Amino acid sequence: MSTATRQPAAQPVDRKPATMGQALGRALRDAMADDPDVHVFGEDVGTLGGVFRVTDGLAAQFGPDRCTDTPLAEAGILGTAVGMAMYGLRPVVEMQFDAFAYPGFEQLVSHVARMRNRTRGRMPMPLTVRVPYGGGIGGVEHHSDSSEAYYMATPGLHVVAPATVADAYGLLRAAIASDDPVVFLEPKRLYWSKADWNPQEPDAVPGIGKAVVRRRGSSATLITYGPSVPVCLEAAEATREDGAEGWDLEVIDLRSLVPFDEETVAASVRRTGRAVVVHESPGFAGPGGEIAARITERCFHHLEAPVLRVAGFDIPYPPPMLEQHHLPGVDRILDAVARLQWESDYTESPGSAEGRGGGVV
Amino acid sequence: MSGVPRLPAPQPTHEEVLVMTVLEQPGAYAPAPPPSWRPRTDAGPLLPDTEPYRVLGTRAAGRREGSGPEAELLRRLYAAVVRGRRFNEQATALTRQGRLAVYPSSRGQEACQVAAALALREHDWLFPSYRDTLAAVARGLDPVEVLSLLRGDWHHGYDSPGTRVAPLCTPLATQLPHAVGLAHAARLKGDEVAALALVGDGGTSEGDFHEALNFAAVWQAPAVFLVQNNGFAISVPLAKQTAAPSLAHKAVGYGMPGRLVDGNDAVAVHEVLCEALDRARAGGGPTLVEAVTYRLEAHTNADDATRYRTDDEVEAWRAHDPVTLLEHELRGRGLLDEATVREAEEAAEQQAAKLRERMHQDPSLDPTQLFAHVYAEPTPQLRDQAARLRAELAAGEETR
Repeated sequence: MSTATRQPAAQPVDRKPATMGQALGRALRDAMADDPDVHVFGEDVGTLGGVFRVTDGLAAQFGPDRCTDTPLAEAGILGTAVGMAMYGLRPVVEMQFDAFAYPGFEQLVSHVARMRNRTRGRMPMPLTVRVPYGGGIGGVEHHSDSSEAYYMATPGLHVVAPATVADAYGLLRAAIASDDPVVFLEPKRLYWSKADWNPQEPDAVPGIGKAVVRRRGSSATLITYGPSVPVCLEAAEATREDGAEGWDLEVIDLRSLVPFDEETVAASVRRTGRAVVVHESPGFAGPGGEIAARITERCFHHLEAPVLRVAGFDIPYPPPMLEQHHLPGVDRILDAVARLQWESDYTESPGSAEGRGGGVV
Repeated sequence: MSGVPRLPAPQPTHEEVLVMTVLEQPGAYAPAPPPSWRPRTDAGPLLPDTEPYRVLGTRAAGRREGSGPEAELLRRLYAAVVRGRRFNEQATALTRQGRLAVYPSSRGQEACQVAAALALREHDWLFPSYRDTLAAVARGLDPVEVLSLLRGDWHHGYDSPGTRVAPLCTPLATQLPHAVGLAHAARLKGDEVAALALVGDGGTSEGDFHEALNFAAVWQAPAVFLVQNNGFAISVPLAKQTAAPSLAHKAVGYGMPGRLVDGNDAVAVHEVLCEALDRARAGGGPTLVEAVTYRLEAHTNADDATRYRTDDEVEAWRAHDPVTLLEHELRGRGLLDEATVREAEEAAEQQAAKLRERMHQDPSLDPTQLFAHVYAEPTPQLRDQAARLRAELAAGEETR
C-alpha cells in the first residue's frame, strides 16, 4: 500500500515513527509513574541509560533509588530483587545481554520461579527480568544467545518475546503488572525497528499468553516469535510475490512462549494442514520441538505433512562473520515450506473452505 | 611428562625480584599516585577481634551482676537453649521413627539459634537456612509448621510475611541476597526494619555470599549476616574451605565491620547481634558476624561423622557446650535454683511431647493442589494436567 492511498482516519496525525527501544523505555517510564513500587535496576541502567539506552532518562526522572546502577553481579541483582519483591516492591531488572544472565540462573530457577509455589501463594514474585536477546547484530561471543529454552523448561516463569513496537510497550506493561515472574526477552536486532506509534495512546494489545496471527494465509502456518517474526513475514511476502509456488502462508506471532497459546496455533494448523516452527535458538531440545509435539497431539488428523522446524544450528553461537549462515533466513524458511510434502494427495478437509493456494508441486 | 617446562627451584622473595617500573624511573614522572586513586575506607575499625568475643565466665559477665534486665536476659536465654536442645533431640528422634524425612540438627549450636531469634525486634526479618529450624521455633513459630519441609509435607509450612521469617532455604547462601534486597526495600520505604541472615561456614564459599555482602555494603542495607562456623561443611573442614584469617575478616574486603564471637556463648552472640542490628536499623549499614561453634551431631541423620572427625574433638566441644556454659554462669551468680532448672526442663519436655504427638499424625495433602500455586492463574497446559490427575484419582477411587 502506497502512502498516497492511506486514509487520514486510519493514520492519525499523532502517530509518529518510534523504535522498539523507545517503546520499551516508555513502558518502563509509564509503569514507574503509575506505581511507586516499580523499581528498575541493573548494570548501567542509571546514568548511562542501559547499553541499549532503553532506561534512558529514568534515573533523572525518578532518582537513583528508583532506577539504580547495581554492582556487576547478575545473581546479586536477581537475589536482591527476590528480597525486594518479598517486601512488596515490583522490581524490573535488566540482564544487559542474554549470555550474561547465566550467573543469575540459580536465583531464577531455585527462587524466582518457585517462591509462589513454595509459599503456597503467600509470596508471589511480581518481578520482570528484561533480557536483550538473540543474534543478528554482529555481536561477539556471549552477546547473541537465544536462551529461551532454558527459561521455558522452568515451571513458574512466564517467557515473553515481543516482535513489534506496539507489543513491546503493551507486553512490557503487562509483564510489570503481572504478579508472576516474567522473563522478558527483547530481540536485540529489533530494538531499532520502527513503526508508527502514539505514546499517548499506545495500541491496545492482548495480554500475556495470547498469540496473534500476523498474516492470514491458507497454505501453511509459520509459527514464530521475537526476532524471527519479521523474517517469516518477509518469507510469506516473498513466496506471494515470487508466485512460482504460490503459497499463501499464515504467520503466527506467539508473543509469549509461556503461557503457550495452543488454541490459536491449533486452530491455524487445522485450517492450513501444514506447519513450520521458526526460531533462532538451537533446534535440538528447543522450543520448536515442544511446539511441534503439541501440534501433532492436537492436529494429527489435519496434518498433511510432519511439522518441520527451522532453527539455529545445534552449535554454540557462531562468530559474527558467519552468523548469517546460522540464523533462520527467508530462503531456509521457504525451503522448509517446500518440503511440506506438497506432492502427496490432499483431500480438502471439511471446514477448510479457504482452501490452499497453489499446493501440489 | 617429558618436554613440559619444569617449575623453577623455590622462588626468591617478592622484594628480591622487584624490578623498578617505568613509573619509578628517576625523573620520568612525578611520584604521585595514579590520577583517580584516593584512599577509601580505613580498614582498621572494620577488623574483627583477634579471638572470639566471650561474655560467659569472663569479667564482662561479672559486670552483669544482680537481678536487673541482664539477669532476666540470662534466664530467658537459658530457658530457650534448654528448650532448643530438647527440640533438636526430639527432631532427630523423629527421623528414626520415620516422621521426618531428614533433620539437619543444630545440636551444639543452640546458643546461636536462640540468640539470633531473641535479638530480633518484632518487625525485623529472619532468613534461615535448612539447619536453622530452631531459630524459627525460638522466634515463636509453630514447630510443626517449621518442620513441614523436612517432613516431606508442602515445602514450606508457615506464613512468612506474617511471621517475618523467610522460608528455610536449601541452596546454600542463596537466601543472603534476599535478606539484602528485603532490608534495602524496607529502608527505601522508610521502615525501621533490619534483616538477619543465617549461613554456615561452607556457605561462605558460595558466590551468593560474596554478592550479597557486596550489595549490602554498597547499598548500606540494614542487613546482618551471622555465619555459624560449626567446623564442617558436611565432611569438609574449614581449612579446605578458606585460607582467610577468619571468616569475620571477609567483612573488611566489603567495607563492613566483621565481628568474631564465641558461638556457644549465648550472651555474647546476643549482644553482638543486638549491636549489629541496632546499627543497621539506625542506617549504619551491614555487619558480618562469625560465631565459632560446633555441630555436635552429624550433618544429617543420613551422615556418618566418624568418617571425618575424631571422638576427642567432639568431646572437647562437649566441654564447651552452650547449655552448660549458661548454666554455670547462672549458678555462679546465684540466678539458678533447682526449681528454675526443673521449670525449664519441664517446659522443654512439654514442647517435645506435643511435637511428638502432632508429628505422629499423618498430614493430608491434596494432590489436586499441586497445580494451585505455580502461577497466579494456571496456564491452559496446567489446567489440562490438573484435569488428567483428577481423572486418575477418580478412577483410583472407583477401583478401590
